[in-house]
Amino acid sequence: MSLDAAEVAKIAHLARLGIDEKDVSDYADNLSRILGLVEQMGAVDTRDVEPMAHPLELAQRLREDAVTEVNQRELLQKNAPAVENGLFLVPKVIE
Amino acid sequence: MHSKTVAEISAGLQQGEFSSTEITQVFLDRIDRLAEGLNCYITVTAEQALEAARKADQLRSQGKAGPLTGVPIAHKDIFCTQGVKTTCGSQMLDNFISPYDAAVVERLNDAGMVMLGKTNMDEFAMGSSNETSYFGPVKNPWDQKAVPGGSSGGSASVVASMLAPVSTGTDTGGSIRQPASLCGITGLKPTYGRISRFGMIAFASSLDQAGPMTRTAEDAAMMLNAMAGFDDRDSTCVDKEVPDYTANLSDSIKGLRIGLPTEFFGEGLDPAVADTVQAALQEYEKMGAELVDISLPNSGLSVPTYYVVAPAECSSNLSRFDGVRFGYRCDSPVDLEDLYKRSRGEGFGEEVKRRIMIGTYALSAGYYDAYYIKAQKCRRLISDDFKKAYEKVDVIMGPTAPSVAFNTGEKTDDPVSMYLSDIYTIAVNLAGLPGMSVPAGFVDGKPVGLQLIGNYFEESKLLNVAHQYQQVTDWHKQTPDAFK
Repeated sequence: MSLDAAEVAKIAHLARLGIDEKDVSDYADNLSRILGLVEQMGAVDTRDVEPMAHPLELAQRLREDAVTEVNQRELLQKNAPAVENGLFLVPKVIE
Repeated sequence: MHSKTVAEISAGLQQGEFSSTEITQVFLDRIDRLAEGLNCYITVTAEQALEAARKADQLRSQGKAGPLTGVPIAHKDIFCTQGVKTTCGSQMLDNFISPYDAAVVERLNDAGMVMLGKTNMDEFAMGSSNETSYFGPVKNPWDQKAVPGGSSGGSASVVASMLAPVSTGTDTGGSIRQPASLCGITGLKPTYGRISRFGMIAFASSLDQAGPMTRTAEDAAMMLNAMAGFDDRDSTCVDKEVPDYTANLSDSIKGLRIGLPTEFFGEGLDPAVADTVQAALQEYEKMGAELVDISLPNSGLSVPTYYVVAPAECSSNLSRFDGVRFGYRCDSPVDLEDLYKRSRGEGFGEEVKRRIMIGTYALSAGYYDAYYIKAQKCRRLISDDFKKAYEKVDVIMGPTAPSVAFNTGEKTDDPVSMYLSDIYTIAVNLAGLPGMSVPAGFVDGKPVGLQLIGNYFEESKLLNVAHQYQQVTDWHKQTPDAFK
């Protein structure tokens, strides 16, 4: 499997990653090499194998639907790049 | 004093030979002199350390000290530490002051341990050489041209250079065991779910597990006693009794059946490393263990399988870094998409971006079955091989890494050749088993690690088997000349 520049640009967009135009061919080359490695999986027949999602095959625990977190807005917003009146600021979305 | 193990420091504190303040100062002075050259610490918390040491000394004077009270430790910078910068080796979190402690940090603080600082690491734990860190590569104390391994390279380097008696690490595909091997220390990756992942910045959630990096198996047992246990803040943490891991260290290993997977001794293994591992196995035979040839026929699939599963999970986990709530934000974004794309494009390094893209591709419409589901099926085949093997043997052994430490820059141009450094460690994460690396000798002056793999939740057995080896060998007592 080998990826071309257009495919790399599409994947980068899906992942919301800004990639410099000049780096695209490097990414295409390296990602293709990694996919080449990954495709060794094709050597085995897995038709009747159940996919394994969790190493211990345990079900996710459920808990009571109760409030367990306290409001720490001020503390948590200390790490935010831009905040006003307790709100996170982003560039204007609606004209 | 700096060459003491955790057990020796614990005993010295208990017998009043020195105080926590004194031993903490010894390590802080060494860090001051030697850390910069190795680039092994990202943050040193000298003031907090001395304050914690004073508190530990006070607790001791009140008769309230436990075995780890007052013992200094360094934490991998992947663990959130309240009020202290937590970067995960990334520009993305260069400005992040954690508002809370990770469960591991909380438990070790409660045990009275004294944090010296936060260790350098591959960015978001993605790397096998500590060269992907935003804060620059870490050096191997045994040979400063060589890498320390990764991703817990800083944690391995500080213990090997005795700039901390113990450190924490995390292991997603070998990130505790491989650097332990390359730096000549003892590293333990427990069973998946044994230690809470709460507050440990997520890379691949079905593989990540924390563990101790120490000079001896005995120290690892003491650390695991404090680190293991149930935590309802991590939905995959297992609610299972924590035994005293130090209790069985001295048990005889006569009659122990050691499985040697033929796949771990074939092509790709440096012949000198193979000889060193064989010599270690002969020591086990002398102690009365039985060597049994086994096969893990699907283990060749582990690297390909891992490079679907881990990137898929990472692409999902790292979507939280969006330049809005915390972390790096680009300058003057023109709109929301520009904000996301440039913040992530500028804030993440090359290797992290590669893995996010591989994961995004593997999970995207039309490719999901061919990559992700296929990888999960291969994962089961790999895991089933181990289940069959443990019907015949008690532990599995082999090399931790295919070679000794390689030189800085040697593998940075080819991600695939770097990925193959973890060829013997990755299967253990995919299966969720506990694994260790212990020092077993040297090749060209650089350490070789012996890997021990146990059955689920049999950390006691692994530690016992490692400790017995350390009773008849002194590889783990060797220290690099430049740091004596």
